[in-house]
Amino acid sequence: MERHFDQELKELNEDILKMGALAEEAIYKSVEALKNRDQGMAQSVINNDALVDQLELAIDEKCIDFIARYQPMAKDLRFITTGMKINAELERIADIAVDIAQRTLELVDKPLLKPLVDIPKLTAVAQKMVKTAIDSFVRADIALARQVLSSEPEANELRNLIHQELVDDYMVKDSSSTPRAVQLLLIARFLERICDHTTNIAEDVIYMVQAEVVKHHPEKLKKEN
Amino acid sequence: MAKIAARKLNLWYGDFHALKDVNASFEPKKITAIIGPSGCGKSTLLRVFNRMNDLIEGVRMDGEVLIDGANILDPCADLVALRKKVGMVFQRPNPFPLSIYENIIFGERIHGAGVTRDELDGIVEKSLKDVLLWDELKDRLQAPALSLSLEQKQRLCIARLIAVRPDVLLMDEPCSTLDPQATARIEELMRELKNNYTIIIVTHNMQQAARISDDAGFMLLGELIEFGKTDQLFTAPQDQRTEDYITGRYG
Repeated sequence: MERHFDQELKELNEDILKMGALAEEAIYKSVEALKNRDQGMAQSVINNDALVDQLELAIDEKCIDFIARYQPMAKDLRFITTGMKINAELERIADIAVDIAQRTLELVDKPLLKPLVDIPKLTAVAQKMVKTAIDSFVRADIALARQVLSSEPEANELRNLIHQELVDDYMVKDSSSTPRAVQLLLIARFLERICDHTTNIAEDVIYMVQAEVVKHHPEKLKKEN
Repeated sequence: MAKIAARKLNLWYGDFHALKDVNASFEPKKITAIIGPSGCGKSTLLRVFNRMNDLIEGVRMDGEVLIDGANILDPCADLVALRKKVGMVFQRPNPFPLSIYENIIFGERIHGAGVTRDELDGIVEKSLKDVLLWDELKDRLQAPALSLSLEQKQRLCIARLIAVRPDVLLMDEPCSTLDPQATARIEELMRELKNNYTIIIVTHNMQQAARISDDAGFMLLGELIEFGKTDQLFTAPQDQRTEDYITGRYG
């Protein structure tokens, strides 16, 4: 039996998809701005954050309204509470893209420290994790959520690689490179944090679909892998 | 040990198979809610626990229902003692057309012998205090019970049960005629009562079941489909039929 409520849930799904698209775009643009030394693009990421914040509030309000009006149970309850949590994660991701854009603005008028190789790689991993995490929610697909969780080591490895290279090859050898190297270190750290947020989303999706809490229970993930 | 345990319980009204192989354990001093659509057998199950169905013609049962380990379906079971031990509250409060005082001591007059007036006064006071009515009614104990509000009548019916010191309270939609405030107060009372009694409630109000019960069961067409911890049943039911019912997709 199709309920009126189902139509409203579909709309919530679409809103979260929209939120995910905005966060993805913010990450992409913040790193493109860094690669192309594009001040305008970095500034547009910062400016667009207000849209993300507005949508976050609208989604939260919708979820609270659902709970108040329908007192959802079971799958519906898990969907709405997960939706609220994912909404907050996506807003944080977009905020981190703003952090990257701000670091980029610090760097655009200074000479390039080094050609960017691993940061774009880490960006690609982060973007893919964000996209897959959102898809896993929208399609209620556990296999996709697990794919996100299994990508985390790759993100950590790339972050460590970037860290090591910047410290050993630049900061240690030439202290004048430190201010620029620190900005790049921060950017790598930000990208890795984005990946961490996507794993939170994936864990929430697993709870939503199979009602099992895997967050802070690594043994449960291992058991099923 | 479970206070009440149903084992392979079946019940027929004539040819109609109303309860099918019901297995469930009801824990002492907990509230257990039974939910399910109309006609699913939840009230029938409740009435098995004090053998109220025996009054209906053509009823037949098999299986076991153990209360404190004794099978109450045994033909030799003492029904008077059973109904003293297992009291029932109904959908519409049903005080007798007597005074408040006489309503409460009614059971004691039937079950008890040689009870003094002072003892009866003590029973009335304690029972009314237990249902949080004492302060409201202590000065008009001789007033007719039928003059009370619906909520007061329902509380009085619970006091009347408590007066005979039962172990188990069966509640069949006890709040369905009450407004939300009165419902909330009866629910608070149930939480208080659970310290001393095992409570089983049948309700159509799923939010009420979710709010007040420790354990919950979902029935459909005479079967107990799912039975377990309330938080589990309402957030992560194991059976698709339970999921469909509690999310309003049933039918």
